Amino acid sequence: MEKKIKLLKSKSNSIRKLIIEMLSEAKSGHPGGSLSAAEIIACLYFEIMRHDSKNPDWSQRDRFHLSKGHCCPALYAALALCGYFPLEELMKLRKLGSLLQGHPDKRTPGIEVASGSLGQGLSVALGMALACRIDKNDSRVYCLMGDGEIQEGNIWEAAMAAAHYKVDNLCGIVDYNRFQIDGRTEEIMSIEPLVNKWESFGWHVIQSDGHNVEELLEAFAKTKTVKSKPSVIIAHTVKGKGVSFMEHVVDFHGRAPSDKEKEVALKELQDIEDDESTL
Amino acid sequence: MEKLYARDIYGNTLVELGKKDERIIVLDADLSGSTRTAIFKNEFPDRFFNFGVAEQNMMATAGGLASCGKIVFVSTFAMFASARALDQVRNTICYNNFNVKIIATHGGITVGEDGASHQALEDINFFRAIPNIKIIVPCDAPEAKAAVLAAYKTPGPFYIRLGRCKVPTIENKQSFTLGRGYVLEEGKDIAIISCGTLVYEALEANKILKEKGISATVVNTPTIKPIDEDLIVKISIKHKKILVCEEHQVTGGLFSAIAEVLASKNPVRVERIGVEDKFGQSGSPVELMDFYGLSANFIAQKAQEILRQ
Repeated sequence: MEKKIKLLKSKSNSIRKLIIEMLSEAKSGHPGGSLSAAEIIACLYFEIMRHDSKNPDWSQRDRFHLSKGHCCPALYAALALCGYFPLEELMKLRKLGSLLQGHPDKRTPGIEVASGSLGQGLSVALGMALACRIDKNDSRVYCLMGDGEIQEGNIWEAAMAAAHYKVDNLCGIVDYNRFQIDGRTEEIMSIEPLVNKWESFGWHVIQSDGHNVEELLEAFAKTKTVKSKPSVIIAHTVKGKGVSFMEHVVDFHGRAPSDKEKEVALKELQDIEDDESTL
Repeated sequence: MEKLYARDIYGNTLVELGKKDERIIVLDADLSGSTRTAIFKNEFPDRFFNFGVAEQNMMATAGGLASCGKIVFVSTFAMFASARALDQVRNTICYNNFNVKIIATHGGITVGEDGASHQALEDINFFRAIPNIKIIVPCDAPEAKAAVLAAYKTPGPFYIRLGRCKVPTIENKQSFTLGRGYVLEEGKDIAIISCGTLVYEALEANKILKEKGISATVVNTPTIKPIDEDLIVKISIKHKKILVCEEHQVTGGLFSAIAEVLASKNPVRVERIGVEDKFGQSGSPVELMDFYGLSANFIAQKAQEILRQ
């Protein structure tokens, strides 16, 4: 177990470093919400999900859908680390003709469905979960949403439908980093009381520290045991997590780091990794 | 003349398809009685999902199902299939080029008494601008069936627009081929091109014209996207004057599609019968067809006007 936790922490850190490098190279993109999702995505791709990078269309695979598509750098990093495509591709992010579009696109190995227009992903995941159920396929479907994103009405249409059809092979995750482009979610459009909202829509709700991999693994394990209703993990996170000058800073929702900022950020992330490896 | 509901045929066709192909999944948004998807539901309850009054969720869920290899038929009224869930159709269904067939009923002004909020007159316009999707407006119930079968056989997204009312079956016409229009009656003075309910009106208009010694070539173009460019160019070479008729706003529908082809391939005069930048209103379908100038008399009048000029 300890080894597993150590591995997931290290993968999360690798994802963060790659996020910084690829966004700096692309000179645009969304670091804040990518960094906040690193542990969630690391846990899914390196522990929880059943998948095979050599066979992305494997029918028995679990599915992941990034509904908050703008945070794709975190997902691209994980996919590259898993071997879905070479790591060098990451440096072509957002460039003309690239495998890696500014928002997820099916041309990328490992991407199931394009996303980017917010609010549609939970429905997409619901469709995948229903298809698996019809096919008597025990695959599970994971859908990562942003906290700002769930202001979209479509999310709640999907939430209602998933509970109505008792879709228990569907697991939503809300990356609750408390910021959206225009400022604090609480000030722009409050989504509270969030737990009550999901519960009243018929979902099983689990809260977790979104940066604590042990807690996350426990939460994901719990969702597999919930029957006859969908589950959602409210992952409490820090926007820009891991880079001191990006943490809780709204400006880094959608601004790439400069060359100088990149150097500082990578140094900070390297220090975290060194600290952890000496533990 | 036989008159049928295209939506009845649609419901029955879904059952036929459902029997031979387990991948068929049908979705509706609280209108399954009207759209006739309820016929499928009764046969295959496990492959039917009613999503309630929530079209956006229905469209995006269709995308998720299609991503797992399902062939998804989605139905609601044309108004809600187009405008209400357009972003979901564009970004989740069309951008991914998913196998989702949107079969909308209650298109056009002939929705009648429900009034403007339910009379989709812009739907073709919305979908024409989106890559990957194919658009069919069948003229009668047998053509609706052929269109649904073509959509089933052809990978990728489709929009098929059916009406609310019973429509007369057009006899002695060619069988439907995706992407092809065809001539119903050969004439020499003017070409009248139409789709959907206005094909019957165009044929009736030609009867009026014949009495006045005018003969029109009447063309049906059920596939609006991709439009049959070759046929349109051929028709435009033979006839210097063309009248396009549709139960839709004059912007963005069949008239636009044909004018776009001819503007670059063979610029000739193209006139139109359609709804002229107006909302509909309550009334009987027949009254509304007259009020908005879409019925046979208006087509005949317009043709004569063009020929006089």
